[in-house]
Amino acid sequence: MYSPSDLRKGLKVEVDGQPWVISEFEFCKPGKGTALYRCRLKNMVSGVTMEKTYRPVDRIEVPNVEEHEMYYSYNEGEFYVFSNTETYEETRISKEFLGDKAYFLIEEALCKVLFFNGKPIDVTLPVFIEKKIVETDPGARGDTATNVLKPAKLDNGYEIQVPLFINEGDLVKIDTRTGQYSERVNKA
Amino acid sequence: MSTKPDSIRKIESSRGRFEIKAGLLFSLRAFFGAESFLEVNTPVRIKAPAPEEYIEAVSSEDFFLRTSPELEMKRMLASGFEKIYQIGPCFRSGEYGRNHRTEFLMLEYYQAHADYMQLLSLTTRMLRFAASELLPDMTAFFRGNRINFNAPWEIISVRDAFANYAGISAEDAIRQELFDILLVEKIEPALRKDVPVVMKDYPAELASLSRLKADDGTLGERWELYIGGLEIANAFGELTAPAEQKARFKKSYEFRKSAKMKEYPEPQEFYDALVSGIPSSSGCAMGLDRLAMVFSDADDISQVILQ
Repeated sequence: MYSPSDLRKGLKVEVDGQPWVISEFEFCKPGKGTALYRCRLKNMVSGVTMEKTYRPVDRIEVPNVEEHEMYYSYNEGEFYVFSNTETYEETRISKEFLGDKAYFLIEEALCKVLFFNGKPIDVTLPVFIEKKIVETDPGARGDTATNVLKPAKLDNGYEIQVPLFINEGDLVKIDTRTGQYSERVNKA
Repeated sequence: MSTKPDSIRKIESSRGRFEIKAGLLFSLRAFFGAESFLEVNTPVRIKAPAPEEYIEAVSSEDFFLRTSPELEMKRMLASGFEKIYQIGPCFRSGEYGRNHRTEFLMLEYYQAHADYMQLLSLTTRMLRFAASELLPDMTAFFRGNRINFNAPWEIISVRDAFANYAGISAEDAIRQELFDILLVEKIEPALRKDVPVVMKDYPAELASLSRLKADDGTLGERWELYIGGLEIANAFGELTAPAEQKARFKKSYEFRKSAKMKEYPEPQEFYDALVSGIPSSSGCAMGLDRLAMVFSDADDISQVILQ
C-alpha cells in the first residue's frame, strides 16, 4: 500500500480495481487544516482521466503492473503472438486490442508489453519501422516536393500518406506513434 | 557553452525575484517603523510548540523548531509590548509542494487593544504600501491573474463562501469532515482573483487560537487572506482567557495523542503569561515567500527560495 506522501507524478496506482498513472500531482494544505494530496489520474487501459484527493489517513493500492520486453513472433489469425525475451513465454494479443498497431508489427521487432494482473494492457512498438509501398499512383517526374501528399498502400493493406516522389517498391520509414510516413529509406 | 550546473543557473535566473523579495522586506519594515511597531526576535528553537491538530514541528535535539513564533510573541504582549512584529524562519514537517516548503519565511505581527478587523485594516494599508512601492499601478500579475491591491478588497464570511460555492453549509461540511477538501476543491478556485480576498468568521470548531465573537459564540474571530487564490495570511482576535485557552490546548493534546502524532510538552511560560494577563490583542501570520511569489509572478515557491 502507498500512503499519500508516496504519491508523485508518474506513479502507478490501483483504484477500484483499475490501473492508473498519476499525470498531475499537487500537495495542498489549508493553513490550519489537514494535508491534502490532489491527483489527476489517467486510466492505463481506457485513457480516461479523473481527479482524486487523498487525505493523510488514506491508503492506496499498489497495482500489479509489470513491463516486459517481448519480440513479436508470428500472426495466428485474429491473434498476434509475442515472446518474452528472457523467459521465451508466449503471450497472445488480439487484433482488436492492438488496433492500427497490428499493421506496424514486424517479425522479431522488440516491443514493450505492459501487464496488469498478468493481462496485457499496452504494447509499445519500436518508434520507427520500415515497410514496403506496394501500391501508389506515380508522381509527376522530377517532383520532389515534400509538402504535397498522395495515398499509398503497404503490403498489409494499410494506407498512409506519402510525398509525390515515392514509388511502388520503395521502402519507407513509419513513425508507429502517429502511424505517419517519416522518410524514404535509401536502398543499399 | 556554459558548463554551470543547473542548480547554479536556477539561482542566477531568480535574481529579479530575490530583488523583489528584498524590496518587500524593506517596505514592510518601513511600514511597521512608521506605525511604531517594534521589530523583535524570539528563539527559533523552542521547548514547546503550540499544539495544533495538523501542524507538525521538526525536532532539534530536545527542542523543536518553531512552527510559528506565536506563543513567544504573546508572552511579550503580556509583558507590556503593545505593537510588535517579527520576520524569521519557521518550520513545518512534511510540507512540500508548489506552495509549501518545510522551512519558510514568516511575518508575524501583534497589536494590543486592536480587534481582528482593525488588524485587517492595518494589513490592507501595509500591502497597499508595499504594492505602491513595488508594483506598477499597484497591480500584481500572478498565475495569469491581475490583482489590484488598490481596489476594494473582497470580504466574505466562511458561511457565505460555503453556501455560495460549495452548496453545503460550513457546519455540515465540518460534521461530514469535508471542510478542508471543499475549501481546496470548490472554494479557493471560486474566490475572486482580481483583488485580495478575505474569508472571515470561522465556525467555532475551527477557531484555532482565536476568541469567539462576543455577539455570536458559534463563530471565531479569525480571517484568512487569499491573493490570486493563494492563501497568504491567517489572523486572530487572540484568545487570551486562560481557562478557555488551556481547555483548547488539552483538546489538541488529546487529538494528537489519539492520532499517534508527536507529543509536545506543555508551554508553561506561555501559561504564566496567560495567568498574568495578555491584553485584548489581535495577531496575524503571513507567509512572506508566498507574498514574494505573488509580487514576482512565481508559479512555484522554489523560484523565491533556495530549495
